[in-house]
Amino acid sequence: MSISNQDQSSRRAGSDPVVATEDAGTLIGQPVPRVEDSRLVRGRSRYVSDIAAGTDTLHMAIVRSPEAHARIRSVEKTAAQAIDGVVQVLTADDLEGVQPLPCDWVPPGMDFVPQHPILAEDTVRYAGEPIAAVIAETKTAARAGTQAVTLVLDALVPYVHQETAIADGASALHAKLLDNRGYSIRWAAGNVERAFARADKIIKRRLTNNRVTAAPLEGRAVFSQFDPVTGQLTHHTSTQLPHVHARSLATCLGFPQQKLQLISPDVGGGFGAKLGFYAEDVVAAFAAIRTGRPVLWIEDRTENFLATTHGRDHVQYIELAARADGKILGMKATVLADLGAYALDMGPGVPAFLTGVSVTGPYKIEDVDLEVIGIFTNRTPTGPYRGAGHPEASYMLERMIDELAVELDLDPVAVRKANFVPPSAMPYKIPTGLVLDSGDYAANLDKALSYVDRAAFRAEQTAARRQGRYLGLGIAIYSEMSGASPSIGMAAIGFRRSGHESARVVVHADGRATVFSGAHSHGQGHATSLAQIAGEVLQLPVSCIEVVQGDTRVVPFGTGTFNSRSMPVGGTAVHMAAEKIVAKARQIAANKLQVRVSDLNFEDGVFRLRPGGGVGRMFGRTVKKVGDTAKGIVFNYLTRLTLPKPDRSVHQGQISFAEVAGEAHLSHDVPLGMVTGLDETVFFDPKEMPASYATHIAIVEVDPGTGEVHLNRHIVVDDCGRIINPLLARGQVHGGVAQGAGQALMEQIVHDDDGRLLSDAFSSYAMPRASDLPDFETGHTVVPTKMNPLGAKGIGEGGAIGAPPAIVNAALDALRPMGVRDLHMPLTPMSVWNAIDSATKGETE
Amino acid sequence: MTELTLTVNARPVTSDVADTTLLIDFLREDLGLIGTHSGCNSTQCGACTVHVDGQAIKSCAMLVLECEGRDVTTIEGVESGPDDQGLHPMQAAFRTHHGLQCGFCTSGMIMTGIDIANRLGTPDRETIRAELKGNICRCTGYQNIVTAIETGAEDMAKAGE
Repeated sequence: MSISNQDQSSRRAGSDPVVATEDAGTLIGQPVPRVEDSRLVRGRSRYVSDIAAGTDTLHMAIVRSPEAHARIRSVEKTAAQAIDGVVQVLTADDLEGVQPLPCDWVPPGMDFVPQHPILAEDTVRYAGEPIAAVIAETKTAARAGTQAVTLVLDALVPYVHQETAIADGASALHAKLLDNRGYSIRWAAGNVERAFARADKIIKRRLTNNRVTAAPLEGRAVFSQFDPVTGQLTHHTSTQLPHVHARSLATCLGFPQQKLQLISPDVGGGFGAKLGFYAEDVVAAFAAIRTGRPVLWIEDRTENFLATTHGRDHVQYIELAARADGKILGMKATVLADLGAYALDMGPGVPAFLTGVSVTGPYKIEDVDLEVIGIFTNRTPTGPYRGAGHPEASYMLERMIDELAVELDLDPVAVRKANFVPPSAMPYKIPTGLVLDSGDYAANLDKALSYVDRAAFRAEQTAARRQGRYLGLGIAIYSEMSGASPSIGMAAIGFRRSGHESARVVVHADGRATVFSGAHSHGQGHATSLAQIAGEVLQLPVSCIEVVQGDTRVVPFGTGTFNSRSMPVGGTAVHMAAEKIVAKARQIAANKLQVRVSDLNFEDGVFRLRPGGGVGRMFGRTVKKVGDTAKGIVFNYLTRLTLPKPDRSVHQGQISFAEVAGEAHLSHDVPLGMVTGLDETVFFDPKEMPASYATHIAIVEVDPGTGEVHLNRHIVVDDCGRIINPLLARGQVHGGVAQGAGQALMEQIVHDDDGRLLSDAFSSYAMPRASDLPDFETGHTVVPTKMNPLGAKGIGEGGAIGAPPAIVNAALDALRPMGVRDLHMPLTPMSVWNAIDSATKGETE
Repeated sequence: MTELTLTVNARPVTSDVADTTLLIDFLREDLGLIGTHSGCNSTQCGACTVHVDGQAIKSCAMLVLECEGRDVTTIEGVESGPDDQGLHPMQAAFRTHHGLQCGFCTSGMIMTGIDIANRLGTPDRETIRAELKGNICRCTGYQNIVTAIETGAEDMAKAGE
């Protein structure tokens, strides 16, 4: 399909070289190319499968349920055990003392928590659920083993949709939860009935947010090694949360944590799916301990579709009450969130809290009544996926704003602006309790609009329609609570995870540094961005700083990477640790130069005497000289040894950071009373989460003959506060938009009526390819946050939050003249064609 | 088991292999060339792309015995040295333009990029996007990959002059 009239300069803007930010320092704000790329472009990768390649390891393969809901009558292992090369076949009864997988986010009020068993015991509840594990000498033997295990299952009625699972007469998936409702959480504020009574216009819609999957290109992988002599378990796994998962693994196995080293090396993408803690980790470790031999499990792509957590999957009933001028008075919504078969890890909390708290977005809507109901179904458990709850809330809100604009015959931009929380009102507490700390939504929206001449577009759209071509423009703006914290807040919402992030900065004797971070990159480039932050403070180039992550022996405390927190929380921790280092280095430098700390400048990596100083400096110098002499006298008195006389003149009024570092290690001449070392650890636990935001504008063309929706242009103006590396920031926006476009246009997890997964390969689960997407046009506004000293907010997830509603709004803008009133994601050609067909035949949905 | 002789990254290799051994597994497990990755089991994602006799091939879909007597080049074979000057122009372009995030698809993208340049010279962005239909990236949204291949191809052409 040819791309219609495009503004050439805007089209190129997306691929313009990235420049330093306006507030850039020597490193922070600079588009530094990534240090890790030198090895990654050469194929010198260290994914779990790379570490295990060629080693003498056992291989694990999993027998999974083909049925969505069944009683297990028998699992016959003998044939499998007899296969040459099969070492063990494990089922639930072999896992003595092993605990089921934890649910780390139990919303208050969720009384019954159906935990995911490690291996199914008497009932399986989703197609793909692990039932047995075959441990064998080779991958081939392991696979043969799985095919030789005989399952006898008595099928039960499967509930494959959240509305059928709570319909009258539905039977219980879990004996202790008769109505399949895991929880019902209410977010209410103000007086919503009064708001609705006063309204000029009430609109009601049923919206859906499709079930999708993260599909990182590297699936899950586990390589577990146990040394029976030392009792040490070295567990390699592809995860976003090394510390949380080390705790979970130790708890499930009853394993002592000082003997556990969990290593997550290179991670080939996560997007939230690798926040889950899964059964295969536990079984592999269990088998490694039992056999004393390494055990390797590499998920194949089908298994990733079957058994790695899925994302989204909401049915939303929403009502908006508004005045004729577009001012929103109130909002009511019931969200039916599909939790899947079990309460797995973070899953239940995502709709409950992350959708719940963000439901009013960047708007001032004070009368709200939202109910989020978490429902169990016979499908793969859901979990966090890029945006985690925010995309669902933003889609609902942004679709409704456009619907309201259409019904009131108002400009959708004007409706949004009439309802924004203005900067003057910030920090602004939204009805659900969180705070919009800073931001100028109108300015951000205006900047995005400057990329498009809307009047010209409308003219083009009208002209195109006469030729039977359907162009559409759609807008979405969202706000997102990024930088998950504080720890005490986690406690209040039942989230069993910390909100801090750790950083340790160590300076070596040559003045170079290592940064140990509890955050964990799975593509975000922390080896570079955290080095930039440390380097800015320490005045070291990035090449002199090594960032270490993902090894619990080396970084014992940490929280991990999710909710776009690694710069606001992880980066701030690094910044604070580096500042402590410099403060101490100043003291050592001042002592060496025989001056006061206040006499020194630190510039270009050198401590130099400030000009001037006067009497105070001379006095300080004298005091130091006296101190040196006194020290020598006392030392000689106590030991009869003579201290070498420090030659202060050798430094000639300046000393480099490297020399200071050398002194910190040697410690011959540090200030009296100071404990030596340039080694600082900081735990940063922010009090509140900063809210990032962005405007997305999508321009599409819909082919009415085929229903194909072509994304012609996609514009994003993002505000993540202070940008650490604009090259990396833009990359995150691109990636997020691609996933958001995928959800809007083509991605869908499909089960048949019996709950069997149909979309289990890249050939059946459509994901965007290069030719499906345009060059994105990106820009930033910058309103720094006061929530952390960096002024940084998160950026990693925003693309996936704003893109779907912008694209769907655009498609509706294109097709409303044909009578199309509603579209459901994904906008597949079939689905869009059907909508057009029904509309033109005069049928309503 | 069958004896196999082939050239990998300009070095002769002789080995006994099981007949069902896939090229990707031979490269990774037998030769320790772990830069070629497996992202799917259905030839869709392209992470496993290598060159066989100068042609881009998905190594997950080829038996190693089919490579008897042939020339295989993997990602490890395109560089000319360990420092920045030793990067192949396509590798350097990926680094300069932030054409990778998690890195898992990258080897396949670079090998495909080199193949695109070999066949088409210096194609435009739209052509490159179409040529990438056999390669999936989940991290980058493709834009920087397209820029990397566009400029990598230009740099390859300049170097060839």
